[in-house]
Amino acid sequence: MSVKLLFEHLDKPGIRNLEGYRSHGGYQTLEKALRTLKPDDITGEVKKSGLRGRGGAGFPTGMKWGFLAKPEGVPRYLVCNADESEPGTFKDRYLMEHIPHLLIEGMAISSFALGAETSYIYIRGEMMYVYHILQAAIDEAYANNLLGSNIMGSGFSLDLHVHCGAGAYICGEETALLESLEGKRGNPRIKPPFPAVKGLWGCPTVVNNVETISAVVPIVRDGGDAYARIGIGRSTGTKLISASGHINNPGVYEIELGLPVEEFIYSEQWCGGITKGKKLKAVVAGGSSVPVLPAELILKTAAGEPRLMTYESLSDGGFETGTMLGSGGFIVMDEDTSIVKNLWNFTRFYHHESCGQCSPCREGTGWMEKVLHKILAGKGTRADIDLLWDIQKNIEGKTICPLGEAAAWPVAAAIRHFRAEFEELTSQITEPAGQV
Amino acid sequence: MPKVTIDGHTLEVEEGTTILQAARMIGGEAVPPAMCYYSGLETSGGYCRTCIVEVSKGSEKDPRPMPKPVPSCRQVVMDGMEVKNTTSPKLLEARAGVVEFLLINHPLDCPVCDQAGECHLQDLSYEHGLSKSRYEFKRREFEKIDIGDKIKLHMTRCILCYRCVKVADQLCPGRVHGVINRGDVAEISTYIENAVDNEMSGNMIDVCPVGALTDRTFRFKSRVWFTKPVNAHRTCETCCGRVALWLSGDEVLRVTGRKDAYGELEKDAEGRTGWICNTCRFDKKNEADWTIEGPRHIDRHSVISQNHYETLKQLKIDISRQKKLSEKAHNE
Repeated sequence: MSVKLLFEHLDKPGIRNLEGYRSHGGYQTLEKALRTLKPDDITGEVKKSGLRGRGGAGFPTGMKWGFLAKPEGVPRYLVCNADESEPGTFKDRYLMEHIPHLLIEGMAISSFALGAETSYIYIRGEMMYVYHILQAAIDEAYANNLLGSNIMGSGFSLDLHVHCGAGAYICGEETALLESLEGKRGNPRIKPPFPAVKGLWGCPTVVNNVETISAVVPIVRDGGDAYARIGIGRSTGTKLISASGHINNPGVYEIELGLPVEEFIYSEQWCGGITKGKKLKAVVAGGSSVPVLPAELILKTAAGEPRLMTYESLSDGGFETGTMLGSGGFIVMDEDTSIVKNLWNFTRFYHHESCGQCSPCREGTGWMEKVLHKILAGKGTRADIDLLWDIQKNIEGKTICPLGEAAAWPVAAAIRHFRAEFEELTSQITEPAGQV
Repeated sequence: MPKVTIDGHTLEVEEGTTILQAARMIGGEAVPPAMCYYSGLETSGGYCRTCIVEVSKGSEKDPRPMPKPVPSCRQVVMDGMEVKNTTSPKLLEARAGVVEFLLINHPLDCPVCDQAGECHLQDLSYEHGLSKSRYEFKRREFEKIDIGDKIKLHMTRCILCYRCVKVADQLCPGRVHGVINRGDVAEISTYIENAVDNEMSGNMIDVCPVGALTDRTFRFKSRVWFTKPVNAHRTCETCCGRVALWLSGDEVLRVTGRKDAYGELEKDAEGRTGWICNTCRFDKKNEADWTIEGPRHIDRHSVISQNHYETLKQLKIDISRQKKLSEKAHNE
């Protein structure tokens, strides 16, 4: 049985309510932090734990906290990014829905560590029912002096607000999220300045993912060293993986980083193998924006090593033969899946979600969708495959925010690993179409 | 003061200078094209991505090259930075990609567009574009709308540079002008087709790099290269009153601000941008309203500067050069 830190008590009855959460040790870590630890001690533990951002980029959380500017007389903010909308990723929703107090406790401890007296949870607009669950939990916490002024008599005060987005994927990008939180159009800001210096309302701000902030609770409870002992190398601790697609047991799993991918897909404890006994074709390992990998490359690296669920192992080989752990949206595709159709679906999503601010993403995402649609309609040519490659190359790295890359990477990977499938769907014509 | 090298030219600049500003101090080939940056508008730039450059050395302290091309209008110069603009083939290819994106949904209706001849997109596509588009789908179209009785918005031509939004933000209190919708259907609009009713709103026309915002008092009156630009001024309480008049005979066809080599409004000695008010722009259409200073020098490499001779000497030089050329061609 593997270690569970976030989901340890997930199946206990009443864990969603304050009473149930407290009967399993809930808010004891907050009490410990407020009574016995200094803010810098907590940041120190987080640094020691090696915790990395669970939203997708995998940036070391302790280091991010360390970058926070602390000018005198200027408020600081902690913002929790709960705008989870990457296709294939649904771990944060599951966590907030079932164990909302874990996030609230994590927010309180992290706010104390960062010296924030007002904090926000920015939740995706489509998850209205989760918003109500969170708000109810926050009300309970306020009523029991776990939030508000002078928490547990410690002298530390925190106001925690939940803010509902209006349903834009782009608002999961941290600066677009801050714009949206300020009541503006959710457009990413041009960086620098980074939020750690100039974030919400121009004040220093830390933006962290739901899972990252929740993981602070077990880190402070057991110590950073204990957390760092789980996992392999620089991939420490546990990670929530939302597994979907053609597997027998789809769902959200908490795994220890370092689990072999093969075991994760085929073991009864986890995904339980491919449905109807079919063969594995491809896996998108970290949410729709990371490169898709064919079966042979997801199970073993190009060097023949078994692929592990860690940041390093999954990205082994770069984008030529590797992918990314990303946000943990693990999408499995069986042998009957059309990669081109799947890609079109992803591209359609990015076209719809592009904010329209910078030209390569605004124009390129729509163009890629149209070309893929043409190929799927049987009207494509070989030249269209090269055109797609050119378009993704012209988007990648030219945009304000990572949405450009998120749209470009899946296209590049699909053509790189499954070009034959594109060729099957297209005619032999190599002359590009287009207009004078 | 930080030292920066752009395409082999090294110079020292003030702390906080952007790569684009430094490149403009050098001038010539080193200057990246810019469609959305506007020197007179705060926070402009960063959107169109045409001014991207390659930073082959980050700084003296951290000499690593920057992994991605950076927008030169937003990237501040560091000491020891080395930048490649036209000297990097990889970068030029990337810029051509950006230009292609800007053009796929542009109608290319230059023959009927008032901006033709002074359009930045026209220049950009001429210098960096392909002669044939690889885009074969239906282009984006919008209805034309009138924002107020003086300005026409033809969104189909817009490249979403956000300059007019910044004008509304920074010059027009109580703005009702912004961007609605998202992605490739995002559009510039006013609040429920409200009129933009502000004395400074006409500056939106001057900042628009394409023909999306045009002067309704000038629309279809004349091609710009048939008009005669002169510098003129009048005493105005609202604005600086320093303008360019575009004449046909004695008739004032239109009034604009005075634009520099980059198509951006000139600044006065105190560094103030030469915004002009709507009264000067739309209502003072008589020569008698103005004190004319003399012919306006158009040093853009555009078609407007053709056939404009500021002095008789210039005209003579040009005529004799053309004569020589034709004689040479005849002899051969």
